[in-house]
Order: sequence, then structure tokens, then C-alpha cells
Amino acid sequence: MKLHEYQSKDLLAKYGVAVPGGKVAENASEAKAIADEFGGKVVVKAQVLMGGRGKAGGVKLFEDSDSAATFTQELIGKRLVSIQNPDGMVVDKVLVGELVDIAEEYYLSVLLDRAEQKLVVMISKEGGVEIETVAEETPEAIVRLHVDPAWGVDDFEVRDSVQRAKIPAPAQRQMVAMIKGLVQVYLKEDADMIEINPVAWTPDGKLLAADAKVSIDENALYRHPEYNETKDDGAEHEIDAEASKLGIAYVNLGGDIGIMGNGAGLVMCSLDEVNRAGGRPANFLDVGGGANAERVKTCVGLVLMDENVKGLLINIFGGITRCDEVARGLLSAFAEMNVTIPVVARIEGTAAAEGLAILEGSQIVGAKSMQEAAAKVVELAYA
Amino acid sequence: MSVLVNKNTKVVVAGMTGKEGSFHAGQMIQYGTQVVAGVTPGKGGTTHLDRPIFNTMHEAVAATGADAALIFVPAPFAADSVLEAEDAGIPFITLITEGVPVNDMMRAVNKIKTNGKSILLGGNCAGIITPDECKMGIMPGHIFKKGPIGMVSRSGTLTYEVAWELTQNDLGQTTCVGIGGDPIIGTRFIDALRMFEEDPETKAVVMIGEIGGTDEEVGAAFIKEHMTKPVVSFISGRTAPPGKRMGHAGAIISGKLGTPQSKVDALLDAGAKVADTTSQVAQMVKDSLVAAGV
Repeated sequence: MKLHEYQSKDLLAKYGVAVPGGKVAENASEAKAIADEFGGKVVVKAQVLMGGRGKAGGVKLFEDSDSAATFTQELIGKRLVSIQNPDGMVVDKVLVGELVDIAEEYYLSVLLDRAEQKLVVMISKEGGVEIETVAEETPEAIVRLHVDPAWGVDDFEVRDSVQRAKIPAPAQRQMVAMIKGLVQVYLKEDADMIEINPVAWTPDGKLLAADAKVSIDENALYRHPEYNETKDDGAEHEIDAEASKLGIAYVNLGGDIGIMGNGAGLVMCSLDEVNRAGGRPANFLDVGGGANAERVKTCVGLVLMDENVKGLLINIFGGITRCDEVARGLLSAFAEMNVTIPVVARIEGTAAAEGLAILEGSQIVGAKSMQEAAAKVVELAYA
Repeated sequence: MSVLVNKNTKVVVAGMTGKEGSFHAGQMIQYGTQVVAGVTPGKGGTTHLDRPIFNTMHEAVAATGADAALIFVPAPFAADSVLEAEDAGIPFITLITEGVPVNDMMRAVNKIKTNGKSILLGGNCAGIITPDECKMGIMPGHIFKKGPIGMVSRSGTLTYEVAWELTQNDLGQTTCVGIGGDPIIGTRFIDALRMFEEDPETKAVVMIGEIGGTDEEVGAAFIKEHMTKPVVSFISGRTAPPGKRMGHAGAIISGKLGTPQSKVDALLDAGAKVADTTSQVAQMVKDSLVAAGV
């Protein structure tokens, strides 16, 4: 899950990483009080988890606290829309932070290197621009330091990397400290991505994390109840947020053929088949291993929350999941929900014969293979 | 022959007294797997499914000579259980549990790699089966059949889909290895491919990958350099949009990494066949066997 900028900065500060002064505000008077603390010269940033929030008008600099308060007033409750996020997100808080004088901008991130199965710290003297651009144009300007979490990282390795990244000598000591802080955050707070862009070097010789993006490993959220409240703030679609509350693996894909199945691989493959058959998948939904009738019903409800859905494909290969349980769940869902769109089910594996017998005579069209099911649902939905 | 497990494999199950562990251990025993013990801290001295339960892995190994561990314990304790099994000297460990924190897995995987004593399979995997000999995992046993095809897959249910198709086409399997859908796993494609290349009974290999990471590409490089046996592959998630995590924590296209095209290209370049849909896999395997003169 992505953290808001204010959460990221609070977290970094806890580990001794220097960040600019600032606090979160939910209304104009709070914003004014915070801005006054910094003599009125502040930046106000909408706390929404979407790309392009600056271009969407969510970030502005101010010389006095009254203007900062007025802007905050305008922002709260407003829906910001960007190219990256056309549906937009509603602002419910802003970060009011002190303005930082910047002499130079550097770049730092800590990521998971899947190939090496280690953390990788990426260090660059070229900050303030997209790191992808740096990687393409001047790959030698990025220095990578791998960290084995079973061993941790030693000072000399970090010093050496900072030196190789050609960070100017006066900033090196603070840079080493910042990197060690970030690695601690990654390992102790279950981050799965930390990016500081830019790392600001001020004219008076301070190194600050001027912006901060931190994301936390969702598998480790049970160790971090402090994020329960903002867990779904990054959801791009309201059904995504609802699914996350229900603990169901659902991703809205914007098409019109609803898809549910058991096992991520099989569902992924089902959406490939729908595409091959000329359909547009509305979603990814994995009912999970060993789903009972109740859960199947909940999943059907979730897929049908999307009003664009014109047809529903169900693909079950029963292993731990029993096909008769699935069939019962489907029937009870359809009995309650008055489903009028075509539904095609492919049911195979454990208790498949019993499952098919239960569905006999219902509105559900059977199919013998995943390929046949995809073709049928597309044909019926677009008829 | 087979890889990693066979009829002599003695399995200790961590978390056998739990709901899932109990159900699947029962299924494994029914299949004929030698399940010799269970481990549940605090329940040592009792029996479950007619098998002795121990408080620790060390006790279980000392008493039963178990040489494989299957781990069902809940995610918060799973990595610890893996390391306990390794410390007890168990050479082959399979982790079924889904949702283990990435940092926990990274630590466990690196420790095991550094120590070099054990092989870890998973986590978040369906396990491993050598048909008619040893089922060590959660797959339905009846869809598999003994034969000459080795299979390795990141996805559990896709393994079932393709294995069932192979079985119905009279293409049995030496061993089917589920490596799991997480970003950090123990055994990877390259490891399984190497084992199948060395196994004399395996005549062809089916490899089922998906979007995310670069393990398929690394596997393809191994196929190109070292494999003499035909490989038929399938990549799922070929139409998944970038940046969206498709259920498996590891199935995500991030930037230029993990795209299906890169995987398909690497596999084709390595001389592997790539099926566009699962229903083509069996025929491609048949053709490959004929072409290889098997």
C-alpha cells in the first residue's frame, strides 16, 4: 500500500532521516496555524495518492499564511483529475510544509531487486528528474548497492557507493546517514519501495528528503495497524476499495466482461482468453483457495457492482475448492440479485459432476473448456 | 526417477494440527505419501492422523528421520518455520503458505542460499508431486499420472489445468513442481529446469510462467545454453495492463520489467515452443517428443 507524503515523511523522521518541517491540515484554520509557524512561506500539497497531482493543481507555493489557508479551503473536498488518473481523487487533507532553498538535487531509492533477491539502494547525483530518464540517458549516473537483509549493510559499503555516485564531498557524510536510515525503514517498517526525489542539498549545507514516496508490503500490514485507516486511499476504483475491505483479490480493468475464477494464474489466463475471443475484461477476481458458497456469492456481488458488466465468465478448476460449493454459491447469488446478463461457467476438477448437476436447469450456460467459455460469454454478451 | 521427491521421501508437516494442514496431510496420506510426523509447538506428545506430533522440527527429525518438510503454518510464523526446518537438517522444504511478508522471505531465502544445506520450494505455491509416489502439497492427486514429462509452474491452478490436459492426452509426468507466485521464492525456473535436464526419466519439460520479474528470461537463457530436452512453455497474463498486480504478489509488470513479450521472445529465441493458449500445450509436447525421436 502507498503511504501519503505526510505519512512517509513522519516515518523517515522516526529513523533520523532529515525532512523539511511540515504538518498535515484538514481545514483552513489548521493550515493557517501551520503556515504561521514557518513565517507564511510554505508549500501546500494535496494528499492524494495519484500521479500528476502538481499538474492537476494540487501543489502551490505561498508567501503568506492567509493565501495558504484560502487555497487549502478550496482544495479540501475537491476532486483532482490528472492524465494518470482520469477518474480523479477527492482531497481530504493537505500537507503544509516549509519552503526549502535548494542548491543541488540528488536521488535515492530503496527497492526490491527480484532477480538478486536482495534490496537495492539506487543513488544518483541527478535528482529532480524522472529516474527512468536518467537510467536511459546516463545509466552510469546511477550507482546500485545491494543489501542482503540477513546481513544488513556496513558503513564502508555505503561510503564507497556514495563516493562512486560522485555526491560532492561536503554532502557525503549526511548522504551515508540518510541511506542507512532508509535501509532501516525498509527492513524494520516492511517497506517495499522508498523513493526520495529530490534529496535536497541546501545552500547552508543541509541534506533533506524534500519529497518522499514510501509503499508498505501488503503482506506485512498485520504488523502495522497504524495504517488501517488509510489502507484503501490508493484504490483507483471504488470497487477496488470495497474488495480490499472484503479481502478479495480484485482489480478493475475497465472493460465489460466480468471474470471470476480460482487461483491467480487461472484467472489471469481467463482474461487473456476473453481478450483473444474479442472481449474486454472488466476485472480480475480470484475467489481464492477453498472458497465456500458464501464467499462465491460475495464475489459475484463484487463483479456486478460494476455497471459496465454485460456478461460474466466463471472459471473454476477445483483443487481445494469444491465445485459443488461454488455451484451452490452461484445459485444463491443469482436467486438474490436478479441477474439478467448472460453467465457462462466452466467447472472442472474436485466434485465437478456434482457442481454441474446443481447448475442444471439454471440460467448458467455451461462450457467444457476455458477457451469455449470465453468464446461463449463474448458471443452472448455482445449479441 | 523423478526430481526432489519420490516414494522414499519421509515428510514432516509443520502446522499439521491446523485446519488446512490437517486436511491436506490427510489427502497426502491417502495418496500414499509417507507422512511420518507433524510439528506443532505445544502439542508435542499427542498424535494426529495416527502420526506423532512434536514440539520442534529437531525432535521430529531425530525421532523419525524425516528428510522433507511441508510448511502450512500461518504467514506471520512461516519464514521462521522454514529456518527451523533448515536448522534441523532437512534437505528439502516446501512452503505452501501464502501472504508471507517479503522481508521475511528475503531473509529466509538468503540464509538458506548462503548456508547451502537445503533446497526451499515456495512460498505461496501448490507444492510438488511425483505421480503415484509422493504428493507433497495441496494439488488434487487424481489429475496427475506417471510419465515422461517434467513440469514447472508459478501458478497452482494453471498447473492443474495443464496437467489435466496432459493426463487426458496420455502424457504422464515425472514430477510437477509448483514454484509459487511470490516475488521472492526459493526454487526458481532455472533450478527446476536444471533438475529436469539431469533427470534421465524426464523426456520433455513444460514450463508455465506469468508476467512479473525476469525469472522466465533467466530460465530461457539456461534452456538456450544447457538444455538438450524440448521445452514447451506458456505465459499467462499476456493481456494484463502494466502496473496492476494480478492476484499473485509477483505478477505485476513494472516499467519495462516483467512484460509478457520479453518472456515470449526470450523463450522463442532459446528454441522453446510457446503456446498461445493452454489447450495447445499437449499437442506441442507430443510434436516435440516425436521431433526429439522419443
